[in-house]
Amino acid sequence: MRSKSGAAASRPPEDPAAPSVSRRAFLRGLGTTAVSAAALGAQSVAGELAAANPEALRGPQATAVMLSINGVRRTFSLEPRATLLDALRLHAGLTGPKEACDRGTCGACTVLLAGMPVYACMMLAIDAEGREVTTVEGLSRDGPTPLQKAIVAADGLQCGYCTPGFVMSLTALAQTQPHPTGAEVRKACSGHLCRCGSYPRVFAAALAASKTPSA
Amino acid sequence: MPWPQTTKYFGRSSPRLEGPAKAAGRARYTADVELPGMLYGAIIRSTWPAAHIRAVRLDQVRAAPGIRAAITAQDGAFDVHFYGAELAAVAGISRQAVLDALTLVEIDAEPRPFLVDELEALRAEAPRVVPARANLTDGKAQATADVDAAFAASAAVVEGTFETQVELHHPLEPHGHAASWEGDELTTWSSTQAVFGCRSAFAQALQVPQNKVRVICEHMGGGFGAKFNPGVEGILCARLARVAGAPVKLILTRFEQALAVGNRPSSHQQIKLGADATGRLTAFQLESFGTSGYDVGANTGGGSGSARFPAPYIYKVPATRVKQGTVAINAGLSCAMRAPGHPVASFGMEAILDDLAVKLGRDPLELRLLNDPSEIRQREYRLGAEKFGWKQKYRKPGSSAGPIKSGIGCAGAAWMSGGRGTQAELEINPDGTVAVRVGTQDLGTGSRTVIQVVAAEMLGLDLAAVAVGVGDTRFPPSGASGGSATTASVAPAIYDACEKALAELAKSSAIADPRGAHWLKACKTLGSAPLRVRGVWREGLSTGGAGGVQFAEVEVDTETGFVTIRKILVVQDCGAVVNRLTCESQINGGVIMGIGYALYEERVMDRATGVVLNPNLETYKLPGAADIPEIDIVLLDMPERGVIGVGEPCTIPTASAIANAVANALGVRVPRLPITPDRVLAALGRVPPPSRQARARAALKSAFARIAQMPEPIGPEESPA
Repeated sequence: MRSKSGAAASRPPEDPAAPSVSRRAFLRGLGTTAVSAAALGAQSVAGELAAANPEALRGPQATAVMLSINGVRRTFSLEPRATLLDALRLHAGLTGPKEACDRGTCGACTVLLAGMPVYACMMLAIDAEGREVTTVEGLSRDGPTPLQKAIVAADGLQCGYCTPGFVMSLTALAQTQPHPTGAEVRKACSGHLCRCGSYPRVFAAALAASKTPSA
Repeated sequence: MPWPQTTKYFGRSSPRLEGPAKAAGRARYTADVELPGMLYGAIIRSTWPAAHIRAVRLDQVRAAPGIRAAITAQDGAFDVHFYGAELAAVAGISRQAVLDALTLVEIDAEPRPFLVDELEALRAEAPRVVPARANLTDGKAQATADVDAAFAASAAVVEGTFETQVELHHPLEPHGHAASWEGDELTTWSSTQAVFGCRSAFAQALQVPQNKVRVICEHMGGGFGAKFNPGVEGILCARLARVAGAPVKLILTRFEQALAVGNRPSSHQQIKLGADATGRLTAFQLESFGTSGYDVGANTGGGSGSARFPAPYIYKVPATRVKQGTVAINAGLSCAMRAPGHPVASFGMEAILDDLAVKLGRDPLELRLLNDPSEIRQREYRLGAEKFGWKQKYRKPGSSAGPIKSGIGCAGAAWMSGGRGTQAELEINPDGTVAVRVGTQDLGTGSRTVIQVVAAEMLGLDLAAVAVGVGDTRFPPSGASGGSATTASVAPAIYDACEKALAELAKSSAIADPRGAHWLKACKTLGSAPLRVRGVWREGLSTGGAGGVQFAEVEVDTETGFVTIRKILVVQDCGAVVNRLTCESQINGGVIMGIGYALYEERVMDRATGVVLNPNLETYKLPGAADIPEIDIVLLDMPERGVIGVGEPCTIPTASAIANAVANALGVRVPRLPITPDRVLAALGRVPPPSRQARARAALKSAFARIAQMPEPIGPEESPA
């Protein structure tokens, strides 16, 4: 039901893009079902639930999942257990987000969900319905961003497997904090691992990019 | 050396050629390869640390929905020696289908006794990890005459026991392959440090002629020594594709990365060091053992995985006695890992040297200047000490005031770094553009950019005019990217190709020097056919033997045991620097990996179940954004020496310098890596040692006694690197 990502937790309550099935609505549906279950028999419980919460009863077979990715709405046939990362990499053909740990530690799979960085490996694709997903491919359709240029110029990458993840989190930082301090840059990178040890130059690149237009 | 003196690119900083593609997420790695009809592959692994496998039955798996192939890892019955050993592999139409089918495998196994504790494995009554071999193997003893007399004549003798952990490579890109058959021809997309090495290994394992195997590695997400060959997973992937009649992609999980694709062996070192009254080293004695898993380690292109290491490392001591063994436990095999043996060797030797300095009441830097035989490191120590402010910062061990103690330390390293044998193809097009093709690979080290820089420099072109192809066995052969050999092996071949191409172009165009203003005109005379020449590695442009030193400044909180690194200064020799930007990045990376080795990383195994307890990245701690100190790099640019690789030497002395800085801060030695808060507090006597520790100490002592009994010498003489 709920994404474990920080982004979902911090989403403002009035967000119109929030999933249409809330916990309260689900429980309300369950309540009416419980009352009538004895009379109608267990067979119809599922039907009742389905009527009360049509969105909650999907799967386990593949189901149509509509995602808005990099500004384009597409429908995929996905099992509800498919992660957002699998949907992007295996079904949408977007291999910029990388799978490196598959348990929300390394950050290589980071994408933006309604502008907030989330680990795509820790989120189900169906939970991303209704909110805009941005992958690294979506950032540079009009050419590289100042941050991407700065990362290349400062050599803030080596093997590059972690790079799309860093790019996404630092892009999100730039949107909320256009002139970050070194400490803020480090904090933004704290959910990312780089085994080649490019951190010093990733930090330098983020700071350089933030100074690009004015100072 | 004929490398140009005045340069546009050579020795300067050029951005990574593939940087824009990587930053935009366009760079295609093995896991990103998608072919029509491609299946998803996965491996079924042993959940027994030791077992006799009577049979692996896959009938139910094959009947499962979406499954296209299922194969056993070995024919008939076989033994497994570690949790994670490959039993079978499955390919199906989706990840979900395969994951569901994995539960249907039936394994008839007879579990056997196992042990994952090195000290237990050394006990006389311990069960054998591999029945055909004693647990203590790979013994090697070397001695010069009169070691005991030399100790007796020494003015000061120090003794210590130092231990290092099993470290995991954990490249961010997991091991993996995509394999596709067209008839009897195999193409693989492999995440590898050696496309040609992989081609040979695939051909041999699959009984296919080498001219029918092509291995491609366009972009590669790190290897650090663990990706020299296809591995069991690569062969299984190609076999699955053959059985299924469809391409298969098989990428390992992070969990599997911790079990079955190599590691850096542990070490337990008992060292005795003697010096005369002036501080000159007189005698050295080492007993050591460590584990490289259930055997003496995988023999990979980048060096053996044995637990032995060079001793007394970079120092020349007149009298030495060295006895080393490797102890088997039920764990995955080690393999080469970034400077195999050297960080291990450096930690013990540099630690005992500092302990000697304390005993003699000397500055440890002075003691190194007195004893280090390398003229280059002598220069580096002097230069570094000046820049670091060693004299101003150095205080007697443990003498800083307050609960947070500061300290400094230093250490040196050597690495052979030589390379040879590469061939390169250079193509000059009639429009003046150039393509260079080399069957090397770029692991993230910047070798593609090195090729571009050399070609652009030699031909007098802009970087943008030079396209570079690497990572394909259809390109001219080059060796494995290991041993820090790539730059030294590749750059001279590019140089040679450029020289030949210029000579041919001069001849065909009748323009004596076709470079610069005449370039386009000269190229136009080629007509419609590009000029192609083959360059080969040649003497005189590259060399080996990189020396480096590092200085560390730390703060240790004596109440929490937490170590904070304030600064690392690197003074590194790598001969002629080809591309400063990527060279420095490698050094940053070496230092940061050294920080992980010093403070955070350790594979932990459970004695009761034989499993790796931290097979992921939240419990196996890699250095993260908050752990990165100020890193200062000074390159001792010496173009006259020729090109030398730098990837490995820069990671060797980091942990030693940090450990010495911690000892200098505390006034006591933390003798075991990683230096975690509990070990700091235990060294300070702030927490009682765990009850197991006393038993472990006794077991360690008896283990060293067993090593000391090794007759000397028992193995052929081998000179340390």
